[in-house]
Amino acid sequence: MTARHALVVKKDCPTCALIAPVIPVLAERLDGGLAVYVQDDPAFPENVAAIDDRELAFSWRNEIEVVPTLLRGGEDDAGNARVIGWDRAQWREFTGIADLGEGLAPFRPGCGSRTLEPGMAERLAARHAAFGARRIELAVAEDELEACFERGWTDGLPVVPPTPERVIRMLAGSERDAGEIIGEIPPDRVPCTIEKLAINAVMAGCKPEYFPLVTAAVEAALDDRFCMHGLLCTTYFSSPVVIVNGPAAQRAGMNSGVNALGQGNRANATIGRALQLLIRNVGGGVPGGIDRATLGNPGKYTYCFAEDESDPDWPSLAMDRGFKREDSVVSLFAGEGLQAIVDQQSRTPESLAGSFTASLRAVAHYKWFGACDAILVVSPEHRRVLRGAGWSKSDLRRALHERLRVPAEAVLRGADGVAEGMPEALRGKTLRKFRDGGLHVVSLGGTAGMFSAIIGGWVAAGERGSQMVSRAVRDHGT
Amino acid sequence: MTSTSLLDPTAELRPVARQLTPRLERLAGATVGLLDISKPRGREFLDEVESLLAEAGAAVKRYSKPTFTRVAPIALMQQIGAECDAVVEALAD
Repeated sequence: MTARHALVVKKDCPTCALIAPVIPVLAERLDGGLAVYVQDDPAFPENVAAIDDRELAFSWRNEIEVVPTLLRGGEDDAGNARVIGWDRAQWREFTGIADLGEGLAPFRPGCGSRTLEPGMAERLAARHAAFGARRIELAVAEDELEACFERGWTDGLPVVPPTPERVIRMLAGSERDAGEIIGEIPPDRVPCTIEKLAINAVMAGCKPEYFPLVTAAVEAALDDRFCMHGLLCTTYFSSPVVIVNGPAAQRAGMNSGVNALGQGNRANATIGRALQLLIRNVGGGVPGGIDRATLGNPGKYTYCFAEDESDPDWPSLAMDRGFKREDSVVSLFAGEGLQAIVDQQSRTPESLAGSFTASLRAVAHYKWFGACDAILVVSPEHRRVLRGAGWSKSDLRRALHERLRVPAEAVLRGADGVAEGMPEALRGKTLRKFRDGGLHVVSLGGTAGMFSAIIGGWVAAGERGSQMVSRAVRDHGT
Repeated sequence: MTSTSLLDPTAELRPVARQLTPRLERLAGATVGLLDISKPRGREFLDEVESLLAEAGAAVKRYSKPTFTRVAPIALMQQIGAECDAVVEALAD
């Protein structure tokens, strides 16, 4: 039988020691009895048998912040009525015992509950909270990192072991409910909760403040226009490329400068990796299984970067896609590796556009037209060449659009003595390298180097395959 | 020393072992669907399959997916299931 009243104390608290003489009185005279929970020493108080709450389960469940706390309502639903600290008049009124604490000081504030010790909230939540995910207990001698490898949870690199404490911290990076279903993860089309996503974000090495960006990336991947299922299954190189615009990129400390497409920045590295791990672990998209890539590309570990938005006259990718500068946006592109465009000689936009055009023609194959999209990555030095002559981003796009077309005869199968190319049926037509809206332009990179680059797209672009998808970042964490 | 507890990052699914549908005892008189997934040269491949099936006395119905990049629409799968005794899916390329 549960007592109608519960008292939470700790021996280490002078106020609890002060009211020790009161406790047997309460136990005897309170209607329905009293359960005493002690947070530090089960031998306290003397003369009354206390319940050992050193694990703090009762204190955590009842959100005890101060000791002593006297609750009415029994063990499980004691949260409603309570008095905290020692205020004799209040305790007398609460208990209906008119002479309670006669001879004691009339008032003394309580002490902090052990549940409020630094780091304790997460430890307790991890210990006592109900997770949707199965808990896996490792043997004492088992190495955590090796255990993750052995269970097939990694991309080949070590992952951060997803302990309950870490997952709780990750979930705190978002205001979304852990049980919310974010969507069905391809290829197995498994309903996925925010909690499962948080587990994989932990493993990828994300900080909790990146979690809203990871969430937005996953939402974009689940948009049917992105065609994540087909992208995963294809023999082609491509995989999700994650581009982040807006204040959230800066807040996460993302790199859009020197070596922006390379290693060394935690946010860039782990946000892209979280998406890949989710597809692997929840979606079941395992290389050699349903991932049938002939060669793949190194970006399948992670491929994520922010755009350099330091030039107010250069519209960002997100702005091209209908968002405002102040919006935080994640865009996903089905892309492959990186192709360099070296041009150290052009000092006019026309000349530079000529270099860009010739290099862009080589995406997938120099004789394939209309097959795939691409991202042109313009470096700061090349941007300077354009700006110096008064060219805007739309001027560049227009120039590329005009130049990236050829008479079909130049690229038909067999032309140049090369069997690969466009079908004979297109003879007589003018062909465009990219479909409308298929060439995206971003700007990033270090300030030294007249090097731009191309991220080629999947050879299944547009409605029959993948289109770029952009998602606003819904929350910015707490 | 306490053991470490980890949260399972996977879908926690146990794959269902599906029973094979009954095999056709003979092709003669059966209706066989040929599904083109819309990859290059799928049509040529299925033309060959169709002529072999016709020689064996099967009736053939041809279908195609809107695009190879996505799974077949449910309506198409149901249509094939309703109209055919068996189906051959052509990956081609």
